[in-house]
Amino acid sequence: MMELLNILEWGVSILLIFFALAAVVSKKLLTSIIFLSVLSMAAVAAFALLRAPDVAVTEAVIGSGLVTFIFVTSIRGLRKAGDSI
Amino acid sequence: MRKIFTALFVVFFGIVLLLGISRTIPLTKYEDKIVPTSAGGAFIEKKVNITTENYKDYKDVIFGETRDAETGSANMVTSVVVNYRAFDTLGEITVLFLAAVGVSLLMGGSGKKKRLGKSGFILKTAAGILFPVMLITGIYIFTHGHLTPGGGFPGGSMIASSFLLLYLADEKFELKLKGFKVAEGVAGTLFIVIGAVGLMAGGYFLMNFLPTGTVGNLFSAGIVPIIYVLIGLKVGSEITGVLSDMMTVEVHE
Amino acid sequence: MIRLASLILILIGLYGVFSTRNVIKILVGVNIMELGVNIFIISIGFVNGGLAPILTSGSFSSALNFVDPLAQAIVLTSIVIGLGITTLGLVFARKIHVNYGTYDLSKIGGGSDD
Repeated sequence: MMELLNILEWGVSILLIFFALAAVVSKKLLTSIIFLSVLSMAAVAAFALLRAPDVAVTEAVIGSGLVTFIFVTSIRGLRKAGDSI
Repeated sequence: MRKIFTALFVVFFGIVLLLGISRTIPLTKYEDKIVPTSAGGAFIEKKVNITTENYKDYKDVIFGETRDAETGSANMVTSVVVNYRAFDTLGEITVLFLAAVGVSLLMGGSGKKKRLGKSGFILKTAAGILFPVMLITGIYIFTHGHLTPGGGFPGGSMIASSFLLLYLADEKFELKLKGFKVAEGVAGTLFIVIGAVGLMAGGYFLMNFLPTGTVGNLFSAGIVPIIYVLIGLKVGSEITGVLSDMMTVEVHE
Repeated sequence: MIRLASLILILIGLYGVFSTRNVIKILVGVNIMELGVNIFIISIGFVNGGLAPILTSGSFSSALNFVDPLAQAIVLTSIVIGLGITTLGLVFARKIHVNYGTYDLSKIGGGSDD
């Protein structure tokens, strides 16, 4: 049982770092926003592993639905949704 | 060039930060549970690191049986947020209110909404089924905030998400926001009125003056479920107003 | 291990704030930093073998059984305030786009029009 929890901890940590790097490095804006939403889901898994159900429910509701929508509705005015620097 | 300099700076700063933190907090190991060996006789865990004998007389709070506990709520995070640190929750509601007022002042000018495009058949049908389910789940989460994980903040946000689903599914849907703004104002005022009643009835602002019943019932824990219902309604209507303001198209000069 | 990952998340967010000229990507970096700080605070309150801080009919209620509920109360506040900050920041970004026509910070002069 301790080995399974150890493997889950390592897995969640590696996913967190990978998605954050992908969100920062990518060239298109829409890709960054989608990776931010997936990073929020990995953070919910980390909160559930650290025995915090209140915080996990709050982050799931706020990080997945509201923040992603607010970001996407701000880049609608650009000529292509992949316009970026 | 800029990226290379930034990466070098972040790596250098990161090494300093990690070395500094690892002197006070271990970075990869967590603390172990303290198990007393001579208290109550109910513990059978054997993962003992530090034995202590100061915990001989503690009152055991049993779910469903204990009456008139100090807080009365079965969710400990709720009793910290609403009962012991209720003033910090009042500060958080103020910050959220400031953000909503700022958005509404800056963005509410033209009033014309631009939608995200035509929605297909699946979204229209599914929104009709999902909207009442999400609404009832949101209301359930904030009324049972003292028994199950959740509370006022995720409950209110789920109500706002259900209205967002209605906006996305239908192009010609418009909410009349007057009732939402009235509900938000009334809920915020009632929070402060309850705090003032606590000040008059006992010692301090936001004191828990109602009797805390049996731990685990729906009507228990004093003013905690009442305050969470008010917070849920206020946060839900506030975030609905913010989302409706963010969809307006701005006038280019 | 999650504590170390949250510190690295803060550093990645810091790199994301400084290494780009686009206002929206700066806000994405700020959001990543906020996620890292929240995970770090909760990982401080964690105890090996502790339960989630909710009383049920099966567990004993001594305070030594549970993980720290005070850290979770603080992070609950912090997540909601992070939402407010992101919203207001994006409203300012849209006003920049209305006035200057671009999201690029290097094309917006600063302080040279007076």
